[in-house]
Amino acid sequence: MSLALDIAWSRADFLLQVECEMPSRGITALFGRSGSGKTTVLRCIAGLERVARASVRFNGEVWQDQRRFLPTHRRPLGYVFQESSLFAHLNVRGNLEYGLRRVPAAQRRIGFDQAVRYMGLESLLKHRSDQLSGGQRQRVAIARALLTSPQLLLMDEPLSSLDLASRREILPHLERLRDELSIPIIYVSHEIGEVMRIADHIALLEAGRVRAFGSIHEMLTRPDLPLAHLEEAGSIFDGVIAEHDPRYHLSYVDTAAGRLAISLRAAPVGQPVRVRIDARDVSLALEPPEHTSITNILPGRVMDVTDDRDPAQRLVRIDVGGRPLLARITQRSVVQLAIAPGLALYAQVKSVALMD
Amino acid sequence: MTEPARHSMRLGTRMLALLCLLVALSGLSAPAVRAEELNVAVAANFFATLQKLAPKFEQASGNKLLLSSGSSGQFYTQIREGAPFDVLLSADSDRPKQLEAEGLGLAGSRFTYAIGTLVLWSPKPDVVDRDGKVLRGGAFHMIGIADPRNAPYGTAAQQVLTALGLWQQLNQDKKLAVGENINQAWQFAATGNVDMAFVALSQVSDRNAISGSYWLPPQALYTPLQQDAVILTRTSKRALAETFLKWLRADPQAIAGIKAAGYHIAE
Amino acid sequence: MIASFYSPDDLVALWISLKLAAVTVALLLLLCTPLAWWLATTRSRLRVLGEAMAALPLVLPPTVLGFYLLLFLGPYGWGGRLMHHLGLQPLSFSFGGLVIGSMLYSMPFVIQPLQAAFHAVGTRALEVAATLRARPWDRFFTVAVPLARRGFITGSVLAFAHTLGEFGVVLMLGGNIPGRTQTASIVIFNHVEALDYSGAQRLSITLLVACFILLLIVYSANRSRAEVAAVA
Repeated sequence: MSLALDIAWSRADFLLQVECEMPSRGITALFGRSGSGKTTVLRCIAGLERVARASVRFNGEVWQDQRRFLPTHRRPLGYVFQESSLFAHLNVRGNLEYGLRRVPAAQRRIGFDQAVRYMGLESLLKHRSDQLSGGQRQRVAIARALLTSPQLLLMDEPLSSLDLASRREILPHLERLRDELSIPIIYVSHEIGEVMRIADHIALLEAGRVRAFGSIHEMLTRPDLPLAHLEEAGSIFDGVIAEHDPRYHLSYVDTAAGRLAISLRAAPVGQPVRVRIDARDVSLALEPPEHTSITNILPGRVMDVTDDRDPAQRLVRIDVGGRPLLARITQRSVVQLAIAPGLALYAQVKSVALMD
Repeated sequence: MTEPARHSMRLGTRMLALLCLLVALSGLSAPAVRAEELNVAVAANFFATLQKLAPKFEQASGNKLLLSSGSSGQFYTQIREGAPFDVLLSADSDRPKQLEAEGLGLAGSRFTYAIGTLVLWSPKPDVVDRDGKVLRGGAFHMIGIADPRNAPYGTAAQQVLTALGLWQQLNQDKKLAVGENINQAWQFAATGNVDMAFVALSQVSDRNAISGSYWLPPQALYTPLQQDAVILTRTSKRALAETFLKWLRADPQAIAGIKAAGYHIAE
Repeated sequence: MIASFYSPDDLVALWISLKLAAVTVALLLLLCTPLAWWLATTRSRLRVLGEAMAALPLVLPPTVLGFYLLLFLGPYGWGGRLMHHLGLQPLSFSFGGLVIGSMLYSMPFVIQPLQAAFHAVGTRALEVAATLRARPWDRFFTVAVPLARRGFITGSVLAFAHTLGEFGVVLMLGGNIPGRTQTASIVIFNHVEALDYSGAQRLSITLLVACFILLLIVYSANRSRAEVAAVA
């Protein structure tokens, strides 16, 4: 089950050369600066850009190769564009039904009411598109794409034209899609925060080429990639809410790295959550720290130590329970504690953020 | 679909249906075949006169005249391209002669049905004197004439002005307003946009009376403005066409009407 | 009452004018929609040529346009000979000929608003429709046409009014034959030529009032919709 791409495309000032196989599960982020070719790749997958030397295969089915070209309307995909793209001549219901009507009843896996519920559109059905806020329009656009019962959902920076409040309004809906509908999503973005929150895999695009592809845990922490050197670099852990402690206003999350304490949340026990640990919030100790104010202490083993952007800092990658944790500490500490690959130590995590 | 959109779409559908109905009805309302109809192409300057005469002919003969007004040049082109006219009443004699020579006009059917008279006219009294001296005085702003290149009355006006030795001077002083045809020249003067104009007597005479002031240039100064009629070869109503032209030529009512309109008749 | 206000010739001519305008608009919409769509979407270099040709009828004086059509459709022209080969009468001096002349004469007034409207629809809305499983024709009729609605309305109104007021082409090509090719505008001109100004005014005012009412209806039907952009 995968999406296999082999695209070679050149324009006067731009060369796109993408060869990549992405899992057709979960959310794969196509991440890169603007101009790196993300949108073009997405448009090639959709068949909106007709590139002569390209092959696109989805789950073993040829969408495009040297001889064949399946036009967009025959590819079982949904597409959410960067800017709101609702049909101005139709109201919300008309927009939603546009795609639904064009899918044979036997192939429909998502019903009208279901999609409306997922995206919280119950009260908006009679509205015209120019009466909606930016966030509402994007929710309609996503529901409209879902109603074609796509086997693959392509999203081109669907949140980039929205303000912070609208983004917060939409992101939980996307997570529900991934978790409950199990539709694979290719998600183009240049916002690392967004990617850290929802992606399972990252394809890193640089100047028209896939520089690296891998799981989000690996990609965020690989020292040879720029992601680990960002100001906001960090690692993420998926887990479930295990327990609440109202006395200290804490909630506990069980992850591969162990149990982590976060500020008390109103989430039910057992709910899947993702937490984020910034590299600059991690300090290291050789002994199990005793008299410390830090609550979250994770045992682990050093994987590697590398230079960071600032010559005073070094980046240490630690294996905690099979997941990489990134720590940004001073070079002086590295020398004084003789931190080197293979060393067992304790990571003290000053702050754990629930991603919502 | 929003309510207004649906509403306007319904409206559009209705309008379309109405149009279809209209078009369908038009097929039904084609005029019933009448006794016989003669298609007459008539020069614009004679149109009003013939309109007044037509009922008299229709009463006398029991047939109908369908009058199409236009310029003689336009009719000539259209006849060459197969226009369905039976008779042409031209504003000149050249085109009917040419049609006859080309076989488009019935040989021997051509005759002069009216001779036009050129008049220098102003709607105001005391502008034009009976001897045309006003032309030499230069105490005027502009004179209207029809275009000499395609209107016979324009040619005649040019001949008169040339004979008087004024043509070049008036042109140099830009004192000539040139109308596309004789009606435009008349309109220039009637609306006061020019002080006076060379027009057809038929345009300004009503039952032999002329309002305003005018000068009739001597006939010797310009080529006679013969207006010829001719039966067109393609007609399928030759007998009726001949009857009509005979009536126009000889019927006392017709002759009186033509004369009352300010034309001469060939003797 | 109507019969006393208008002469029978006036009524027949008004009827011919309305019929001519309606038929012309209907046929022009059929013909110009694909043409305008092509002009609005093609990247071909031929587009410039197409645009220039579509605007040409604006340049020629109507009588000249009528003259060329007369030559073309007459018995010695290509069009006329083609009709002859098909066993049909030439189109000159017939209602069919008027329709052809009017179409040519009013074509720019349909093509240009349509092209602008299609251009404003842009490619995005159609791409969206493609990702929603709509086939090309489906996309065209369910997305491009409704979004270009204003262009259709403007084009139809302009062409209708322009055909009603048309004079030079119909005079030359039609021959001013009462009951067949004599339109209201020609009758008005005839009245003026015959110095019958009151007759001319009666018909002119009729045409003006009729067109004014028509425009009011169309524009008020259109007003209730908010301004339509390609995509909101």
